[in-house]
Amino acid sequence: MTVRDLIPVLVLVGLAALLPLVVTASPVLNFLVFMLIVALGAQGWNILGGFGGQFSFGHAAFFGTGAYATAILQLRWGVNAWAGLAAAVAAGGAVGWAIGFLSFRSGLRGSYFALVTLAFAEVFRILANAAPLTGGAAGLLIGLDVRPANLQFADRAVFYWLVLGFVAAVLVLTRWIQRSRFGAQLVAVRENEDAAKALGVDSLRVKLRAIALSGAVTALAGGLYAQYFLYIDANIAYGGWISVELLLAPIIGGVGTVFGPVVGALTLHGLGEVAKQFAGRIPGIDLIVFGTVLVLAVAFARGGILGLLERLRDRGVGMLPPSAKSRTAKEVPNAGR
Amino acid sequence: MLVVDSVSKRFGGLMAVDGASLTVTPGSIIGLIGPNGAGKTTLFSMISGFIAPTDGGIRFEGADITAEEPHRRAARGIGRTFQIVQPFAGLTVCENIAVGAYLRHAKRADAIARARAVAQRVGLGPELDRPAGGLTVAGRKRLELARALATEPKLLLLDEVLAGLNPSEIRDIIPVIRGIRDEGVTILMIEHVMQAVMTLCEHVHVLAQGRMIAEGPPAAVCADARVIEAYLGHGAAARLAAEGAAHG
Amino acid sequence: MYSPQIILEAMLNGLMTGAVYALIALGLTLIYGVLHIINFAHGALLTCAMFAVWVAWAWLGIDPYAVIPLLVPLMFALGYGLQRFVIGPASHGDDGNILLVTLGLSIVLENVLLATFQSDTRTLDTDYSFQVVALGPLLLSFPRLIGLAVAVVVTGLLWLVLNRTDTGKAIRAVAREKLGANLVGIDVPHIYAVTFGLGCACLAVAACLLMPTFYVNPRIGGAFVLVAFTVVVLGGMGSIPGALLGGLFIGVVESLCGLFLGDSLGQLGIFLIFIAVLLVRPTGLFGAKA
Repeated sequence: MTVRDLIPVLVLVGLAALLPLVVTASPVLNFLVFMLIVALGAQGWNILGGFGGQFSFGHAAFFGTGAYATAILQLRWGVNAWAGLAAAVAAGGAVGWAIGFLSFRSGLRGSYFALVTLAFAEVFRILANAAPLTGGAAGLLIGLDVRPANLQFADRAVFYWLVLGFVAAVLVLTRWIQRSRFGAQLVAVRENEDAAKALGVDSLRVKLRAIALSGAVTALAGGLYAQYFLYIDANIAYGGWISVELLLAPIIGGVGTVFGPVVGALTLHGLGEVAKQFAGRIPGIDLIVFGTVLVLAVAFARGGILGLLERLRDRGVGMLPPSAKSRTAKEVPNAGR
Repeated sequence: MLVVDSVSKRFGGLMAVDGASLTVTPGSIIGLIGPNGAGKTTLFSMISGFIAPTDGGIRFEGADITAEEPHRRAARGIGRTFQIVQPFAGLTVCENIAVGAYLRHAKRADAIARARAVAQRVGLGPELDRPAGGLTVAGRKRLELARALATEPKLLLLDEVLAGLNPSEIRDIIPVIRGIRDEGVTILMIEHVMQAVMTLCEHVHVLAQGRMIAEGPPAAVCADARVIEAYLGHGAAARLAAEGAAHG
Repeated sequence: MYSPQIILEAMLNGLMTGAVYALIALGLTLIYGVLHIINFAHGALLTCAMFAVWVAWAWLGIDPYAVIPLLVPLMFALGYGLQRFVIGPASHGDDGNILLVTLGLSIVLENVLLATFQSDTRTLDTDYSFQVVALGPLLLSFPRLIGLAVAVVVTGLLWLVLNRTDTGKAIRAVAREKLGANLVGIDVPHIYAVTFGLGCACLAVAACLLMPTFYVNPRIGGAFVLVAFTVVVLGGMGSIPGALLGGLFIGVVESLCGLFLGDSLGQLGIFLIFIAVLLVRPTGLFGAKA
């Protein structure tokens, strides 16, 4: 990967990093942090769902695992929060691999895969809601102890920058996937599994790597959520809402693209806020907007917002060569995979 | 290099392939012909690992591969094309071929370079950056060939790569196939276009109703009474011979 | 230790709950069998029907059972319209899209209900809500017994519709071979919409049977839809007898799990069965399509 490849990522992240210098109101920062956490989790979903074409309806399984791992390690065994976050990532990867191993080995795909992931998330939710280790229905409260070593900061902006840094790292990771052998094989499996196998692609291994990576990234988002809001229970961490959010963002933004999940999370929550401003206290108004946008996106904008923009640009700027061509033509041979 | 030892495949009550045997020697172009529904594609699927045989064994370069998965066989050097073309529709032609090239080239630059070279080879050079979904039938057939070739196979299984092409397209692609053999790739091909079989193949096997009924040089096989009957029905060989005598 | 009587009672209770599950699953499996889609909006549509029953009772004073003849055509029309004008056109015939469109619909429906009725849980208590029938030493809830009977009757009716009417034959033809059905002049989008409508009509009946003993809030559908998926997968996607048997079976499993593991873990058994069936035998325990 060359520096040139990373310019869009750097520009976007650089601009976003300036935000806390302009806005300092806590509710706004809370909103931004939450949105970035959703974006991060959605980036995880996108690795499996977007590049791999395996639509999970139960990514809460990973989000919750990350959140609980972070919280439990600190509360029950006194592990350092940063180490807990690292462990959360590992746990998410392991749970992803295990769910993937069970379902992909049985040949589940499409709707069946969506259903089985949903069921796994529900099993985790019920267990977390009952088990003493997870605090049962009362949930877990991480004690307030503001020290950077505890992954708690006096200034909300610091946490914002931290999450932004992770989002940026995953943007780079995704960009790497897009241009690696692993990514090419993953997309090939999505497009046509039999043809991929005939070309020597070990489809089971490729899908397992994807779901483990996907689970790890989403678990990171969960861990950060627990650490920022300092409280989780089963219906938050393993709730259906988070599975839906993590899938909505990439689909709205542009499924299987590097920036799609971030654009989608931004758009959805932006729209949700606008709807709340206009409609006042009507409960669920933001979700009505989410659902409508989802139906509209599927009906009229395959490829999401980024897909729409690309189509508009191709139509508008006829004299320039279509982006896809210019991109491949300019590709610099990359040294490090 | 490839030995198929009396393999059978049963689908419920249907014996799709019934004790078929076949040997492929390195450097040859071997044809596999037979009427529709004879079990040719099923046999191919067993050789490439997509269907497990009910009975019998398959060996490649001395190793028993009967139970091996398709991707492992591809890694050993068995490439295949599909009769019903299976492009990765959302990817460009170049990206399609690169998936095959990645099998032996881990680095993107190498894989892309290899993909471009193969595309030139089969005449897809001008289409490199087009989406594979937008190719014509002939283009898709070439893409199938290119992808399989990009895996750098030792043995290439071609399943009706000429079907659906017009005569001039067939004329264009025949030298490509011969060229692939001349570079050292052994070819086993299913083909209905007899003219192509006659020009390309040194040796032909005939499968009918799941059984191998004849083998030999193409000209000899085409004159074989059992083969004629398999294609045209019982008694056809005698009738043809009688008509030939009457006209002669 | 539990006495045999308690276990027997739990099983009978499970059977009665299971009958309603079966009815919900019936709609889902019918839609799957014909359209080959998984309707994620099924739970939200059930919630709509349950609110309709509640509104009829609380605002208009109509008895839940008397609502059946009104609500069935209403839900049929809603289902028909949704498939014909929203789900069909929006999904461009792609499976993944249908999943997403129905998911989007369920989010919208659920939250429109939330905006309209708030998140309060509502019940309606009729004179017979707590009436019991003595069966030997066992006491059984009267409305739930009605539920069992009606569910079995509706399953039978649906079977008759599919096997004895022209529309039913057209539905089965489309389920078997869409293209062929189209070629002999069957209007496939119409049949799709009719099937979707029938699936929703089943929900209308289920809602009327549930309400005398159950409660409703905007999120209630989610609890049922996962159970219904389990029933459908267990019974074999698209199989009508499978849905009935699967529903009864799941009802009993849930009831027994609740008895032995407590209420909070009661549903665990269902999901574990669900996962196990999907992983081991996705065609369902009761065979493939009927």
